[in-house]
Amino acid sequence: MPEMLRVIVNGKPVLVQAGTTVIAALGEGAWVTRRSVRGTERGPLCGMGICQECRVCIDGVMHRLACQTACHEGMHIETVKATP
Amino acid sequence: MTLIADMLVIGAGIVGAACADALAQAGLRVIVIEKSEVGGGATAAGMGHLVVMNDSPAELALTRYSLHLWREFTAQMPLLHEYSNCGTLWIAADDDEYQAAQAKASNLQNAGIRCEMLDEQALYDSEPHLRAGLRGALLVNGDALVYPPKSARLLLESAQRLGAVVLSGEVRSLCKNGVRLGNGDVVSAGHVVVANGLAAKQLLPELPLRAKKGHLAITDRYPGMVRHQLVELAYIKNAHARCGDSISFNVQPRPTGQLLIGSSRQFDIADNKIDHGMMSNMLSRAVEYLPGLQKLNVLRCWTGLRAATPDGLPLIGEHPFLPRVSLAVGHEGLGITTSLATAQILRAQILGKASPLPLDIYSPSRFSLNEAAYA
Repeated sequence: MPEMLRVIVNGKPVLVQAGTTVIAALGEGAWVTRRSVRGTERGPLCGMGICQECRVCIDGVMHRLACQTACHEGMHIETVKATP
Repeated sequence: MTLIADMLVIGAGIVGAACADALAQAGLRVIVIEKSEVGGGATAAGMGHLVVMNDSPAELALTRYSLHLWREFTAQMPLLHEYSNCGTLWIAADDDEYQAAQAKASNLQNAGIRCEMLDEQALYDSEPHLRAGLRGALLVNGDALVYPPKSARLLLESAQRLGAVVLSGEVRSLCKNGVRLGNGDVVSAGHVVVANGLAAKQLLPELPLRAKKGHLAITDRYPGMVRHQLVELAYIKNAHARCGDSISFNVQPRPTGQLLIGSSRQFDIADNKIDHGMMSNMLSRAVEYLPGLQKLNVLRCWTGLRAATPDGLPLIGEHPFLPRVSLAVGHEGLGITTSLATAQILRAQILGKASPLPLDIYSPSRFSLNEAAYA
């Protein structure tokens, strides 16, 4: 049985396996991670830390790369809200 | 090809652009010659901090008058300059520095500059991300910032609307009635204003200018993390040292939410390569004061070359022995702040009008230049 962690994504608890990246923890919510300076919705593209499009707020620090950051127990992750 | 103007300004950095505008406003026909981009040299490399400095009465007079001119100039269109009235917090780490801040405060207040002392509590209320254990700060309310290349362009556009012409080219030498360009063209002018910063040494090797290299880094956008330009008080002694390398904590909140991180000084290094040891020391110093910086993303780092004079004041006014040549160079780290005052002083002298500040303090003739070099 793999070790499980609990993280908070936009206020909701999510259970993930230890070693999961933040981008994977976002699940279906991963399609929009941030907004550009002009306000357009942006989402992850490269998955390897280059494109900078997966930046989210982690534990209060903005612009962290979701694809390069591993989840830890109790981590707070905030993405922008996608336009419904 | 021969072009003719009343006034020929070499260099379209902030100082050249300000001079061109001031001279065009006086009704003179102005030509500006720029070798690369408008505001592409030290102008673009700097922080754009508009700051009152009081290392000497001459520096205080020049920066105070400049701040007044900047407030007038940016009031018409603050957004185009990316103007922000952020103020400066001179941070005191201990009792000694707090006393130095108090002395600075009374000096500034005597000159009519609004400022106030913040005790420890007031400092953390206004800047909660600063490290614990600081003693307090001096807040200089009227200090501000602009985005210098944009301000330079606005000054130049203002000059162009008054008929000034901007030429692309590199001045190879000064000649009898003007300048000779790299392509052999001669531009004739009644008067030449040398305003190309450190590069002026290539035209006038006798000028007492030294390169003083600086490093900067800029972060991603973190709005609200820092509210004022934050400078450690030790900056004053570091910035005025006449030799040796130094770093100081100096962080500026851009209107975008980005943080501009400085500062460093290295004498007589005239290349633009990043010195990684210097950059690392500078960032470590910044993290000491603002521990939260450690988790932020730096987007870009770069360097720039300040043109330093032996006494830290710019060279403004007539060349001591070259007729119809004026200088507006040597502004070191204060070129953005002092550009507007420089232009007014220079214009007054060229037109023979009353100068807003005494001419002799800033005059190049305060240094003995070797006349034989021009014989």
